[in-house]
Amino acid sequence: MTDVLPLAVSFEALTSMGFWLGVGVIAGAYTIFTLGLQLNVGFTGIYNFGQAGFMAVGAYSMAIFVTDTGINFWLALPLSMLITIAFGLIVGLPSLRLRADYFAIATIAASEAIRLTALNARDLTGGAQGIFGFGDSWESLQDTIEGWLMDLGWSDPDTLAPLFIVVWIVAIGLTFLLSRVQGTPWGRVLRAVREDEDAARALGKNAYSYKLQSLAISAALAAIAGFFLAINLAFVIPDEFGPTFTFVGYSMLVLGGLASYWGVAIGAIIFETLLEGLRFIDLPISEVKIAALRFIILGLILIGLMAFRPQGILGKREEMVLGD
Amino acid sequence: MEAGTVAVERERPLERAREFARGHPAQAALVVLGAIVIALVAAKGLHDVAQLALTGLSTGSIYALGAVGLTLVYGILKLTNFAHGDFLAFGAYMAYVVNVSWGLPLVLGIAVAMFMTALLGVVLEKGMWGPMRARRAGVLQLILMSIGLALVIRYGIQYFAGTELRTLDVNNTDTIKFLGLTLGRTQAIVILIGFVTLLGTGVMLRYSLLGKRMRALSDNLDLAETAGIDTSRVILWTWVFAGAFAGLAGVLYGATTQLQPEMGFELLLPIFAAVVLGGIGDAFGALAGGILLGVVIEWSTMFVDAGWKSAVGFVVLILVLVIRPQGIFGKARTL
Repeated sequence: MTDVLPLAVSFEALTSMGFWLGVGVIAGAYTIFTLGLQLNVGFTGIYNFGQAGFMAVGAYSMAIFVTDTGINFWLALPLSMLITIAFGLIVGLPSLRLRADYFAIATIAASEAIRLTALNARDLTGGAQGIFGFGDSWESLQDTIEGWLMDLGWSDPDTLAPLFIVVWIVAIGLTFLLSRVQGTPWGRVLRAVREDEDAARALGKNAYSYKLQSLAISAALAAIAGFFLAINLAFVIPDEFGPTFTFVGYSMLVLGGLASYWGVAIGAIIFETLLEGLRFIDLPISEVKIAALRFIILGLILIGLMAFRPQGILGKREEMVLGD
Repeated sequence: MEAGTVAVERERPLERAREFARGHPAQAALVVLGAIVIALVAAKGLHDVAQLALTGLSTGSIYALGAVGLTLVYGILKLTNFAHGDFLAFGAYMAYVVNVSWGLPLVLGIAVAMFMTALLGVVLEKGMWGPMRARRAGVLQLILMSIGLALVIRYGIQYFAGTELRTLDVNNTDTIKFLGLTLGRTQAIVILIGFVTLLGTGVMLRYSLLGKRMRALSDNLDLAETAGIDTSRVILWTWVFAGAFAGLAGVLYGATTQLQPEMGFELLLPIFAAVVLGGIGDAFGALAGGILLGVVIEWSTMFVDAGWKSAVGFVVLILVLVIRPQGIFGKARTL
């Protein structure tokens, strides 16, 4: 299915900077994507399984704005984020009133509905072929950053280096921002909602509204991750936004630990390194089998983590949101 | 609720209908459904509506078979099993091994598929879900475990069978004609097997001791245990039924279409929709919900391109969750 990094397998690649920069870019995009899940699951207690759908809305809106309407790329980014936030609200408004497990099903269905729309509304989204040709503005920025890198003494910077740098500046910035926000009264209310919604309501807090805000912010984060993914691939296609992407995000989330923003980046890096590192184990089996093996391992990691260390690496036992 | 004594006197017909719907959800659902059918017949003609409904019955009975197992497991174990769709795929591939790889009759393939999928359910209960329940695992923990399990089964199938489309050795060209309607022979057999099995399940749940015990556990597991029911045995039987029906549904689906590793996930969401439609945890509701959903999805092709078929399933799922999360037949208190 979603092949995260379509690169040829060779031993040289293991030591190639370009390869690991590529892994780093994906890990960075996943970090941003999963920060939203952390906000929802770890800090608000809502099980959002539609994150890949929100990412699709962000990436597709950006691509459509730039290629169809000719809006400037840098203006298209905030506009697409607003559209994604609107989608988050549309999905959340009715479904956040549901019980936790119903909400999970509703969001995964919403995300699949979005993907199928991308596949079927060909006039707007290009169908299975998707959309490309929205990266010009990014490429000029990329050249500028390459110029700076050369000024700093890197004689021949890798083409992926600028994207890697930008993605991680954004990821770390957002992680820092969210950790700070968590200490504010707003962040404390979110945690109160997670711990005991009725108690939060008894104190006069509108739990529903806080959940909705949490989901909307998470959708915005998904949109940002979607931009980076789209830039990295240079196109958007429906297959990139399947529910597996969300499941991988959840694996990173629980690996890094629930209720820990810094754990998200750690989970993403470990996970991507593991998953991509698998390419270098020289197995005498076909490509299809290797692809299958990667997802079998992903599944086993999820099962193993949930069975033996549900709080993850950096998660706090006392903030366990898993056990009811 | 706001209806005081004064309001009752001035009640308008619409409100009276609402009041009725609240008290008799099943009848109200039938009335709404009847109205939709009449409107469809008026707009598109009796033949088209009946023809599509017939096709819908075939997929609908597959959904129903899948849904009844999923809903029993949910009702009794409070486990939202995201791997249930992949149980269907597992069953279909088991039948493929018997039917195509070994060249034996499909009937034998169905038997093996049902047995192996039931066994899979029991083994997972013993090795995974039972121990997790003993540790009082939370909702998210179980959901994520079942997603992990789904990935293992799906890509396990892909590992051994590859991604190519496979077909079972069935006759998919013969058709049966009656009353001016056409139906594939395989689809007719699917409807027949589906309805017989579902009827049997209904009778079993309603009248047999095991069925009563299952429903008792579904109502309240602790209370059932206090009442002297051997809950762990009933739970095992629940998995046997859920697995066997999933296996059967998988083979039937494979017989009418094709087999591929992703088929489980494609079936999962319509099955969820059927479960939610009938009221989650309600076995009778799941049966009705599955068949209804199959028919509604087929009807939708009169208005939208067939490529949107699965999207229709999601829309139904979301609409029901939003408007009537307790299911069309359920009463509000069951939530």
